[in-house]
Amino acid sequence: MRAHPAEFELVAPQSLPKVLSLLAKEPGSWCPIAGGTDLMVQYSAGNLRARKLVSIWNLPELRRIDVFEDGVRIGAGCTFTDLRNHKTIGSEFRLLSLAAQWTGGIANQNRGTIGGNIVNASPAADSLPALLVYEAELILISARGERRVPYSGFHVSYRKTQLAPDELILAIYLKRQYSEYYAHARKVGARNAQAISKVCLAALGKQKKGVVEEIRLAMGSVAPVPLRLVATEQAITGETMNEGLMQVARRTAAAEVQPIDDIRSTARYRAAVAGNLVVEFLEQLGASETSS
Amino acid sequence: MSRNSEESTKCRVSFVVNDSPVTLRVHSMERLLDVLRHELGLTGTKEGCGEGECGSCSVLMDGQLVNSCLVPVLQAEGSTIVTIEGLAADGRLSVLQKAFLACGGAQCGICTPGMLLAAHHLLRKKPHPSLSEIREGLSGNLCRCTGYMQIFEAVTQAASGESST
Repeated sequence: MRAHPAEFELVAPQSLPKVLSLLAKEPGSWCPIAGGTDLMVQYSAGNLRARKLVSIWNLPELRRIDVFEDGVRIGAGCTFTDLRNHKTIGSEFRLLSLAAQWTGGIANQNRGTIGGNIVNASPAADSLPALLVYEAELILISARGERRVPYSGFHVSYRKTQLAPDELILAIYLKRQYSEYYAHARKVGARNAQAISKVCLAALGKQKKGVVEEIRLAMGSVAPVPLRLVATEQAITGETMNEGLMQVARRTAAAEVQPIDDIRSTARYRAAVAGNLVVEFLEQLGASETSS
Repeated sequence: MSRNSEESTKCRVSFVVNDSPVTLRVHSMERLLDVLRHELGLTGTKEGCGEGECGSCSVLMDGQLVNSCLVPVLQAEGSTIVTIEGLAADGRLSVLQKAFLACGGAQCGICTPGMLLAAHHLLRKKPHPSLSEIREGLSGNLCRCTGYMQIFEAVTQAASGESST
């Protein structure tokens, strides 16, 4: 049943300190809302549990991208359009700019934020595997101060995160060290825009003289949380690229994912596609060394 | 809930719609879509899916294409909104609107206002889009009757028309 607007309260304090003090005063009773591309869907369907919401849309402190010598700091309130339009993200963090292009259509990219994508914590979100392979760090903020946590451990279990009730994600920090890697992303879904992935992959790799020097693989929609394929990475790293290695990678990846049957796909299909996507990436990584 | 207590949870929101400033007393979480249609009578903005998938409710907010079904009205405070009613200046159809008519880019009409605003947004950012850029620009807008070819053709025609004038 549709929500009744009179039963909800939304406030828009217009500054980060004011939002944080509100969250600190009544931790857990205020739900932050940025571009609303997830929360408003829940709201309209009558599924939003929160009754009190605080707008963090367009807060200047959250909507900036700073480029430093060593890294890039992306404000959590940056939209997918902001990410797509940013020169350094486009050139050095291609997996993130591709994922931003694949998230929703243009209207949702204009409103959906990277911080919202992380906190919403859908295992199917297209941008999250990219953050895993770039080994992002999250800067969390509350009235108590700031803390930095590695993104890799942020999702504790299905839709549960390390974020405390009085905290917001302030920014995402990415190290600028990936220009030497071969980067590859792939989304398998009914269509690119507006369709949630059946499986998506973000991958980085380095190959020298036929040997896989380093590899990073992360997938969406194959586990309760966005998943880094650690076992598959270990099985490939330091090995010579050949047909046998690809079969090992395929089997390991298909066994490492923990997919489910749902309305978009089946567990069996997802596991098979996970293996195929890893092989496709390895083939391209191999070809990239030969052609360079 | 009594009428009085309902009134007490309302707040004041001001923004500009199609060049006219408006100030309203509304519930802060009301969808911009409902405020446009029910409070302001701008029924050109349509509701399709109500969950940000179909683009029928597209409007421009501060120049950016948004799904008005996903915007709580308080977040529109201070903004400038353009709806389909704002595209035709002084009752004269825009080049884009004429191209939709000429190419048969509208049939039942539910998707048309959103398609036009998405196409308008695209052409402002990219005056001469390629076919794949048009497809991407309109990928968040679904049409269930005309099909997409006539719509893409209309956008292409409008882009070339704008370049020749």
